[in-house]
Amino acid sequence: MLSIKNLTVAIGEKKILSDFNLEIKDGEIHAIMGPNGTGKSTLASTLAGKEEYEVLSGEVIFNGKNLLEMGADERAREGVFLAFQYPVEIPGVSTTNFMKAAVNAKRKHHGLDPMDAKDFLKLMKEKLALVEMNKEFTSRSINEGFSGGEKKRNEIFQMAMLEPALCLLDETDSGLDIDALRIVANGVNQLKSKNRSFLIITHYQRLLNYIVPDFVHVMYGGRIVKSGGKELALKLEEQGYDWIKEEVGELI
Amino acid sequence: MAENDKIIDEVVGNDYKYGFTTNIEQEFAAVGLSEDTVRFISAKKNEPEWMLEWRLKAYKAWLKMEQPKWQNVHFPNIDFQSIIYYAAQKKKKVINSLDDVDPEIRSTYDKLGIPIQEQKLLAGVAVDYVMDSESVITTFRESLKEKGIIFCSISEAIREHPELVKQYLGSVVPQRDNYYAALNSAVFSDGSFVFIPKGVRCPMELSTYFRINAENTGQFERTLIIAEEGSYVSYLEGCTAPMRDENQLHAAVVELITMDNAEIKYSTVQNWYPGDKEGKGGIYNFVTKRGMCKGKNSKISWTQVETGSAITWKYPSCILKGDNSIGEFYSVAVTNNYQQADTGTKMIHIGKNTRSRIVSKGISAGKSQNSYRGQVQVHKTADNAYNFSQCDSLLIGDKCGAHTFPYLEIKNMTGKVEHEATTSKIGEDLLFYCNQRGLTNEEAVSMIINGYCKEVFKQLPMEFMVEAQKLLSISLEGSVG
Ligand SMILES: Nc1ncnc2c1ncn2[C@@H]1O[C@H](COP(=O)(O)OP(=O)(O)OP(=O)(O)O)[C@@H](O)[C@H]1O
Ligand SMILES: [Mg+2]
Repeated sequence: MLSIKNLTVAIGEKKILSDFNLEIKDGEIHAIMGPNGTGKSTLASTLAGKEEYEVLSGEVIFNGKNLLEMGADERAREGVFLAFQYPVEIPGVSTTNFMKAAVNAKRKHHGLDPMDAKDFLKLMKEKLALVEMNKEFTSRSINEGFSGGEKKRNEIFQMAMLEPALCLLDETDSGLDIDALRIVANGVNQLKSKNRSFLIITHYQRLLNYIVPDFVHVMYGGRIVKSGGKELALKLEEQGYDWIKEEVGELI
Repeated sequence: MAENDKIIDEVVGNDYKYGFTTNIEQEFAAVGLSEDTVRFISAKKNEPEWMLEWRLKAYKAWLKMEQPKWQNVHFPNIDFQSIIYYAAQKKKKVINSLDDVDPEIRSTYDKLGIPIQEQKLLAGVAVDYVMDSESVITTFRESLKEKGIIFCSISEAIREHPELVKQYLGSVVPQRDNYYAALNSAVFSDGSFVFIPKGVRCPMELSTYFRINAENTGQFERTLIIAEEGSYVSYLEGCTAPMRDENQLHAAVVELITMDNAEIKYSTVQNWYPGDKEGKGGIYNFVTKRGMCKGKNSKISWTQVETGSAITWKYPSCILKGDNSIGEFYSVAVTNNYQQADTGTKMIHIGKNTRSRIVSKGISAGKSQNSYRGQVQVHKTADNAYNFSQCDSLLIGDKCGAHTFPYLEIKNMTGKVEHEATTSKIGEDLLFYCNQRGLTNEEAVSMIINGYCKEVFKQLPMEFMVEAQKLLSISLEGSVG
């Protein structure tokens, strides 16, 4: 699915990812944890193609294609989805219209005709149910006046609509109440499939009780410094990051 | 901000899709303006003596006036002696039906996407087609006539309905109102006339389509709409011009009058040629539009979508004279490349309990300048007047400018005036969010802009809303990289 090799990324003069490596196979769920400011969002945004992030070296292969050669919009149409840590508001544009444009852009990219209105509404209904969202949200301007938790749910709804191959979730669990957390996790679990992979960025092991990861990675100083199974997340929750910092102290 | 520079540099020419010319044999007035020109035009139109005198009075007033300089736009002095003031199709014949329209002219309107044809009629829009100085044909007039509605060219109205024209022409925009209004009053050649009798709700949209074709000519149209007691009409105006390297002048005057309980809804989709991406050529659009809510409880609503012209300078205004009358102004003004717009409105509260609402959305891209200028006057007599203004500016890139000039003149404190203004940018985060959902920059901008202008667009009749949305996307094409 995704192969990241020796990726080094900078913003301006500042190197944020250095020599980053990660392999994600089809159907796998990877969780990334790590202290604030270690470059988790940078990783997600770089994969999604945000232009401010300058790739200094390394390669990223996504389903056999060189991801770094594509623009952000093309990556999305090829099946990369990023659930944003801070989703933006678009005044006057309803989620329905936004999704219609997005779904059809993707279909066009794959040589399909635009979806007809009836099928589209059916799809919307189905996916809304997945994240237990009220239909009323879809006629409001995207994210405008949405609560923090509603915005996050809206991201997962959009993810469900677009049926991506690679799902990047950047702190989707932050700011969710207990019920919403369960709902979002539920939605993600229903989207699990053997040809869809997940990269989940989180600070809390709690989420991983619901979405069970195949791998947990700890990021520090712009690279992965430790990988393990679910138990690694539990250990981090108990002991924090100090022991990691100590362990890798010499490395950095 | 290398990224922003790139975005600006990639501003490519708005592909103006209406820039062709039509080959028809035309006759022109001699170049330049003199008393003879005015007489020539009046004679060409077979006008009665009173009309000629009215024009000459305006001409004499104009001679003594100076070009206004206060607006926030820049252009070289216009040489009024190098303009042709009259151009019309030579081969004159009586046009009774659509079949009589010159095929060249018909195909012009076809190319513009406004076929002079049955389907337009079926769509329920009556259209007056004006090319250069002359109305080509007005469709649908018979069925309107049955309801007592008059919809014809202003030239015809001067001949056929002199009593109405005499009474109302210049009653809202007097001959000497301003420099360009005086010029228009002297040399106006055609335009539309609408009269809706008492108690009649006009059953269809009325529309005029203006087209400049001839070279070096100015277009000076004159529109007069009268809504009698308790009547209603929705009127639409559209316009385009060929692409030419020199600037052409368009100086129109529009006057609206509503009696008690009457309502006029006037919508404009302005798409005059804006010039090329280096700022060469394009139309100078200097227009005076004013409505008078003469009667009680009457209402005038201006909606404008301004995407074209090299320079736009206009302030559709409402004089709220009748008690409880309402004035509205909804505007989207888009400027790209080197376009300049100085536009806004004036709401003049005279009657009691008069209300006005201003919603202005300015969008600037490229190296363009976009100014909103709005005036709210509350006169002594206007007890409990209420005005609400919302002026939003959106910037695309950082080489363009947005300016807001609100003027308030309050002489009666019993009412309330509210003003809100915002300035925003289409930021990279917003674009990235849209890109991440698979939309190209162009699709994203078009979607964001349409969302931004929603409140104005929803004032437009359905099919014009679609047209306006498309136009907006076209004029901003390439404004982000
Ligand atoms: N646009 C930017 N300009 C300058 N510095 C930036 C920019 N974006 C990120 N950074 C810096 O890069 C570093 C990594 O940021 P990033 O957002 O990737 O961290 P994170 O691991 O996601 O943190 P958090 O857990 O707080 O979300 C931080 O020091 C941040 O300040
Ligand atoms: Mg982050």
